[in-house]
Amino acid sequence: MSTVPRFGHGSRVPGWDDAVDLEKDPIEVPDPATTPVPDDLRAEIKSHLAKYPDPRSAALPALAAAQRRHGWCSPEAIAQVATVMRLTPAYLSAVATFYDMFHTEPVGLHKVYVCTNISCSLNGADALYERLADAAHGDEDLHVQHFECLGACDIAPMASVDGVYVGPMELDDVPKLLDDLAAGRPPLPEKQLRRRFSADPGANSRQFEPGPQNQPIIAAGTGGTPKPPIAFGAPMPGDEDRSDQPAPVEQAPDPPEDDEERA
Amino acid sequence: MTEHLLFKDIDEPGLSTLDVYRRRGGYESLRKALAMEPAAVLEQLSASGLRGRGGAGFAMGKKASFLPKGSMDKYLCCNADESEPGTFKDRELMQKSPHMLIEGMIIAAYAAGINRAFVYIRGEYAEQADVLDQAVAEAEAAGYIGENILGSDLSLSLVIHRGAGAYICGEETALLDSLEGKRGNPRLKPPFPANQGLYQGPTLINNVETLATVPHIIAMGGEAYAELGTETSTGTKLVSVSGNVQRPGNYEIELGTPSREIIYGLAGGPPEGREVLLWFPGGSSSPVLTKDDLDLPYDFDTMAKAGTMLGSGAIIVVDDSNTVVDVALKVAKFYRHESCGKCSPCREGTNWTVKMIERMRSGEATPMDLDIMASVQTNIIGHCLCVLGDAMAMPIGSMVEKFRPEFEAYIEERRRSGERDLGSSDLVDPPLQVLQGAR
Repeated sequence: MSTVPRFGHGSRVPGWDDAVDLEKDPIEVPDPATTPVPDDLRAEIKSHLAKYPDPRSAALPALAAAQRRHGWCSPEAIAQVATVMRLTPAYLSAVATFYDMFHTEPVGLHKVYVCTNISCSLNGADALYERLADAAHGDEDLHVQHFECLGACDIAPMASVDGVYVGPMELDDVPKLLDDLAAGRPPLPEKQLRRRFSADPGANSRQFEPGPQNQPIIAAGTGGTPKPPIAFGAPMPGDEDRSDQPAPVEQAPDPPEDDEERA
Repeated sequence: MTEHLLFKDIDEPGLSTLDVYRRRGGYESLRKALAMEPAAVLEQLSASGLRGRGGAGFAMGKKASFLPKGSMDKYLCCNADESEPGTFKDRELMQKSPHMLIEGMIIAAYAAGINRAFVYIRGEYAEQADVLDQAVAEAEAAGYIGENILGSDLSLSLVIHRGAGAYICGEETALLDSLEGKRGNPRLKPPFPANQGLYQGPTLINNVETLATVPHIIAMGGEAYAELGTETSTGTKLVSVSGNVQRPGNYEIELGTPSREIIYGLAGGPPEGREVLLWFPGGSSSPVLTKDDLDLPYDFDTMAKAGTMLGSGAIIVVDDSNTVVDVALKVAKFYRHESCGKCSPCREGTNWTVKMIERMRSGEATPMDLDIMASVQTNIIGHCLCVLGDAMAMPIGSMVEKFRPEFEAYIEERRRSGERDLGSSDLVDPPLQVLQGAR
């Protein structure tokens, strides 16, 4: 979000409210002939378009796909989406700036969202965020952002690391998390949300021994290690291999050796 | 032990797969429902007295019956945007038992004559969306979704739609706009979504937990379900307990369970030596209650009578090691960030409230500011298209009302010490930061 430039005493620098150039022609729907779109991105957007009665509904998934490919919603990424969806870049920019998960400025490869909403901050999330932000300072691969409630107050304080929820985090976990990310390992495997049983004493959790073979999600065929997040993660080397697949819906689980390639 | 419906098998390894879910009796309710007339299914839902689990608590059967009859395209939207601070019940349900939600959606679609269904899941729930995608693919392959489901004349498509991080998209009309590929701004009501919703067609919008309860109602019968809970708040409810408690998590309770039993019995209460200062009974949008209210039964009507609401069933406990002003600031900042900016009372009111509380912290406030702040809250309530502004005004108003002496003492103490602690500079908006630097 760009802010109005101000003097040290608080007044706005003159010219802040100058109108845009009204003589200039508006940017129209880009010409497919002059805006090349990578084939796999085009195929993914087309598959999203086919899912909805009104193709415009695919704006969010299409922007997400472009962001995954480009790292952020750059003007180029938005132009490519606009070309395939036949919408103006202005419309898509308006959508992209509304949502917190679309980045309209360049960000690091790994996106770490730290929840600093009420339940997490009661459990020390503000200190956690500061520690993480300090540790990531100067590291261009890391994007640390404080976020509103991520819906995991049971593991407060928590963070979403490339879409994988980890918590409860202690300040000492920060170096390990950064090591895991730098080495391309799954972040804090023993603190991942997916490994937790329900807290409810009336649930059937007590019948099962905690262990890798009994983890609720891992049993779904993902091979025991988290697969790269499909929706909003950093682009992974394996992504290109899936280019002929229509959409995340139909994607088969990643082969196990995929994880080693991820470094 | 409370009757468990939603959480009975929740930790079964592999419950998210079709095989295990079917072994646990999954999709039997769907067969049972398809053997009945749609009107009879609707009648069961009405008889169950099931009230919406997303926040408003509107009767689910009634809402479904508002949809017009006829053969136009009708839509079912499952609201999985779960962004209310303190709420995480739908996350656990979708992650561990996605087929329960899908089965509930198919039955609800059958009852209301719907042919297109969507799940609007918040973008942050990437793992859960993947689980749902996989479950939908399995259900499609098994013939539970598609043309002529199980030989009946019901046809249904189901799409998992990922949001991209906006609290307001949990509001039903903003959700529809977002699903149509626009900015998530709320719409003017009426027309209500039941008449003109998604793509201007009749639309039924329900929360994840509401829809996941539907198979259980069909299995046990609406009247048997209505015997659980209290007379006007029937059934069981997932409660997300978080904040300063020893065992935070989701608990399935019968509505009407005493609040103390939930906060102290199930969740273990605040850490040793501390006491409850205040608690939110239904997410951060609900007016707060104090430790004197701990013996109230936890159901829709008792909470309404106590001046608050059950909301999404998210109990946030704040203990006495915190000050009420800090809690108020957190709450106000959240709503300032999430206000979509469409209606002035909400856009300006949330911003003013944050600034006034920040003034209290910097020692520049006077007790008169409390009255101004309270009047800002009353000027927001009921004056906007949606209830986001109200969702800040109600808890802040209730905090000022119930903790006025604490606020006054805090203002006085900060004024005397002349302390200018404006919090972490990262959490303050840049223009304000520049101003502070200049002062």
